[in-house]
Amino acid sequence: MPVEHEIHFRDSAAKALLDPQLRANFRRAMDGLMSKRLAQFPDPRDLQDLRDLSTAIRSRSLLNLPELLEQFEANCTRNGIQVHWAETCMEANELILGLLQSKGAKTLVKGKSMVSEEMHLNDFLEKHGIEALESDLGEYIIQLDGETPSHIIMPAIHKNKDQIARQFSQKIKDAKYTEDVDELTAMARKVLRQKFLDADAGLSGVNFAVAETGTLCLVENEGNGRMSTHVPPLHIAVMGLEKVVARLEDVAPLYAILTRSATGQAVSTYFNLITGPRGEGEKDGPQEVHLVILDNGRSRIYADPQLRATLRCIRCGACMNHCPVYTRVGGHAYEAVYPGPLGKILTPQMEGVGARHDLIHGSSLCGACAEVCPVEIPIPEILVRLRREATHEDAGSNVAGKGTGRTFSEDWAWRLWAMVHKRPSVYRLATWFATRFGKALPAGAPLIKDWTRSRSKPVPAPRSLSERMRAEGGPHV
Amino acid sequence: MSDARTAILGRLRAVGETGPLPALDTAVLERRQWPATERMARLRKGMEAVHAEFLEATPGTWPTVVRAFCEREGLRNLLFGPTSEAGSALAAAWGSGGTQLMPYDRPVEAFKEELFTDVDAGFTGTVGGVAETGGLLLTPGPAEPRLLSLVPPIHIALLRASTIQDSFWSAVKDLGWGRKLPPNALLISGPSKTADIEQTLAYGVHGPKRLIVVLVDDVH
Repeated sequence: MPVEHEIHFRDSAAKALLDPQLRANFRRAMDGLMSKRLAQFPDPRDLQDLRDLSTAIRSRSLLNLPELLEQFEANCTRNGIQVHWAETCMEANELILGLLQSKGAKTLVKGKSMVSEEMHLNDFLEKHGIEALESDLGEYIIQLDGETPSHIIMPAIHKNKDQIARQFSQKIKDAKYTEDVDELTAMARKVLRQKFLDADAGLSGVNFAVAETGTLCLVENEGNGRMSTHVPPLHIAVMGLEKVVARLEDVAPLYAILTRSATGQAVSTYFNLITGPRGEGEKDGPQEVHLVILDNGRSRIYADPQLRATLRCIRCGACMNHCPVYTRVGGHAYEAVYPGPLGKILTPQMEGVGARHDLIHGSSLCGACAEVCPVEIPIPEILVRLRREATHEDAGSNVAGKGTGRTFSEDWAWRLWAMVHKRPSVYRLATWFATRFGKALPAGAPLIKDWTRSRSKPVPAPRSLSERMRAEGGPHV
Repeated sequence: MSDARTAILGRLRAVGETGPLPALDTAVLERRQWPATERMARLRKGMEAVHAEFLEATPGTWPTVVRAFCEREGLRNLLFGPTSEAGSALAAAWGSGGTQLMPYDRPVEAFKEELFTDVDAGFTGTVGGVAETGGLLLTPGPAEPRLLSLVPPIHIALLRASTIQDSFWSAVKDLGWGRKLPPNALLISGPSKTADIEQTLAYGVHGPKRLIVVLVDDVH
């Protein structure tokens, strides 16, 4: 769902850079996450071997995607998990609303799910009179303030404990003001346990979907994912169609590299494998489990052999934690569900490369993201490809919004550039003028004002290189 | 929504030949192997690092060890699965007075409120452990319901050292989970925790505040 107002990453990033509290909160968190990740990979050979294996597993999954999805669906169905397919976020929202309404459900507790953020499910359900309550502590914190996640793993990382303390004392009934993290956590526990107990339905995402067994795997530390999926009588899971993996044993290395890359943990507190609703003789667990498989542009991304690598992502967030841009501006500046380097390649492919032109250019292409990516997604290469797609309408391309990022001034600048460089006499004349009068050009002149916004004006040499070569007797150029 | 299904799968199929499958080199996983006694020590170290607590026991003494812990902590009751192997052994050795053994023998709907507010601890068996990272493997089901290890504030789990596997990868293969899985299977490495407030670790956010592993040494 595209953002309604005009989006300028450059402006929102500039604003974020001026917020010292935000920058301090991110700096501290990202430094912590980077060093914890590094501590999990003491042996560079082990790390590279595990990355290669994980990349191969995800690549194989994608190469067999339609077959694996069918096998997965058949096994889920056999296990009693009811599978639904949705082409768009709106279809997925309608499906979930229909399921909830058919059970007369009024309250939904949610485990963390980025796909549900992609769908803007909470807003949609609220409009239809169903309370959708986030139960992951970070998600709960931001939901209290009506905010969106600023990080895909640590959604409330932009806030410090003083801000959370103030917020809890104002918004939670009978809560006293405290900055003690254990006490703040205990307050949320008290509120949310009652919600788990009372909820009519629970919703979760899916970290890995296993084709051979028809299993939904959930990775978490808090236990809210287990609460949301096992306590209410109805469990609805949502997943992007790329999440499927052939075998359960393939999930083990992906899980190992996911938690290490994400939060620097060797293992999460819980790894929850759900293969069906309450079975014969079972005394608890949901009576029904439904799964919604969402496309939302993924099959379009899949069609392109280079861009398909985007779908290898296991959503660890390491690219964000290591990105020199993200660590300084935080997640909200991107005005996208998925921020950071992953968001810069995924969001434009979902919402259109022209519409999110700002994101694909908001990168120095330093490559830190690709260096830490556990499944070796060549993010900088994909960014460069998308930059081309934004301004070209290549016949073979399938990219959403291709060519729509072309602007009159950029177009005109490149035409002029090509004209000058194709004609030696014009080129010589242009460089003669540039070297003699370039200094006199005001910093705010068109074309160079974008450069001088945050840098000093370049000073041209008094003579061009070819002039000097001629004057100093070098070979003719 | 079969239309959506047909359309999505159709688009994925339209891509056609997608190239050869890359090989899977699992050497990095195979390197993770330790002798039985070392597996026990590794598991314990990994789990203690995330605040799991250990009680040492032998095949003959473990019910007494569980009972002594409950008395020491002043627990009013202990919820357990009366038909599981571990549960029935515990009940046989329990005796009267002190901490009440409470069987989880009816559908949760019959006592949901009580389960959330009046139960002090839950007891389960395990089907194995993971040495590499630390962790317990559980397959909740009719004998040991899913919420037994989740809702009570203390989870006491019985682990036999001989069932500790090298890694999660080797456990999945050894237990044959890829062929058949019960409706729920779990890896648990410690008590419930969060770092969502300023990356400060806090334990007991939604699930158990304490995880007590009764480690039965049957390998020495």
